[in-house]
Amino acid sequence: MIIGKSAMAGTLESSDAQVTVEPSENGLELEISSSVMNQYGRQIRATVMQTLERLDVQSGKVTVVDKGALDCTLKARVECAVYRSNDIKDALPWGGAIV
Amino acid sequence: MNPNLKRLRRSMMFLNCQKPALIKDPYIYSPDSIMLDLEDAVAEREKDAARYSLFHALREIDYRGVERVVRINGLDTDLWQEDIRCAVAGGCDAIRIPKTETGADVKRVEAAVQAAEEEFHVEKGRTLIMAALESARGVMNAYEICTSSPLLFGIALSGGDYTKDLQTSISGTGVELMGARQHMIIAARAAGVQCFDTVYTNLNDMEGFRKDVETIHTMGFDGKSIINPRQIPIVHEIYTPKPKDIIFAEKVVREIDTKKAQGIGVFTVDGKMIDIAFYDGAKRTLALAKASGVYKGDL
Repeated sequence: MIIGKSAMAGTLESSDAQVTVEPSENGLELEISSSVMNQYGRQIRATVMQTLERLDVQSGKVTVVDKGALDCTLKARVECAVYRSNDIKDALPWGGAIV
Repeated sequence: MNPNLKRLRRSMMFLNCQKPALIKDPYIYSPDSIMLDLEDAVAEREKDAARYSLFHALREIDYRGVERVVRINGLDTDLWQEDIRCAVAGGCDAIRIPKTETGADVKRVEAAVQAAEEEFHVEKGRTLIMAALESARGVMNAYEICTSSPLLFGIALSGGDYTKDLQTSISGTGVELMGARQHMIIAARAAGVQCFDTVYTNLNDMEGFRKDVETIHTMGFDGKSIINPRQIPIVHEIYTPKPKDIIFAEKVVREIDTKKAQGIGVFTVDGKMIDIAFYDGAKRTLALAKASGVYKGDL
């Protein structure tokens, strides 16, 4: 899937993450900031990258501001931002690309 | 038949799917059920975001035996069908239909649930349904709604919208809800399904909340919708059979079993006249006590 346009999902509340996606010509660029970067930075990056991989996103700028989100929330926010960037809201691949 | 149709549902706590902090660990408060909300609590522009959160929460969070009900958006929106696909694919235990007015509403949801179970290879009949009645028409059609689907485990009163439709408001006395409560519990019992009361929204009036729960408990309701964890222990306390009730129920069951074998129909237990009509009630008390963890006996 491509990043069709800039889109955002999530909030800066505790236990949440705010994910912004923007179109880019330079492959995948991932920027993460987190209140728990030292402890969980690597895991956050891995979760975000796996989620993008499952969605087959190969190019785009992805910015994550993490506020202590669980893995399941990170996935949810990345997926939401990517699908929003393509204006897709229905007939989603639950259990397929979204897993 | 799905064994969860009749499970214990004293406390059913609403949680907003838009808020990750709320849905990550509600099991620590030990409600019997959580109701993961995609409807009223979720802002219109966050409806899509709430679904992704719901799906992953259902798939990845261990709710430790707490029943996971999903409140979908109303059948008058273009959201409810995708809500059901998401919830069923995630593996929810039940769907709560808001603003239910007829048995046909339940049938529409039943068909969508069955289609989703097939699409996502979920065991057929695993996903139950409950219906919230939020209007005078819905309350009037309670029995029709209660008997509309074998997947329907119960009905719930939604007092805020119902009183608006009645052109009144929540007074705190319960007077405005009396008719609906009475009608719904009778309809539910006639149909053999469960019945749940509306939320109590004044969190500063715990004494009023306690009285409200005592009232619906006396009326025969199976449980209450909850909006704050502080309300849970009060509901459970009121719904847990007292030791004297458990002892009496045990005596009643044992005596009826014994006397029946001896051909005796009417007798006394602790000075009270007892006959077969007391049997089911006593069994229910023991089942509730067992489910509440206060009875370890063999009956």
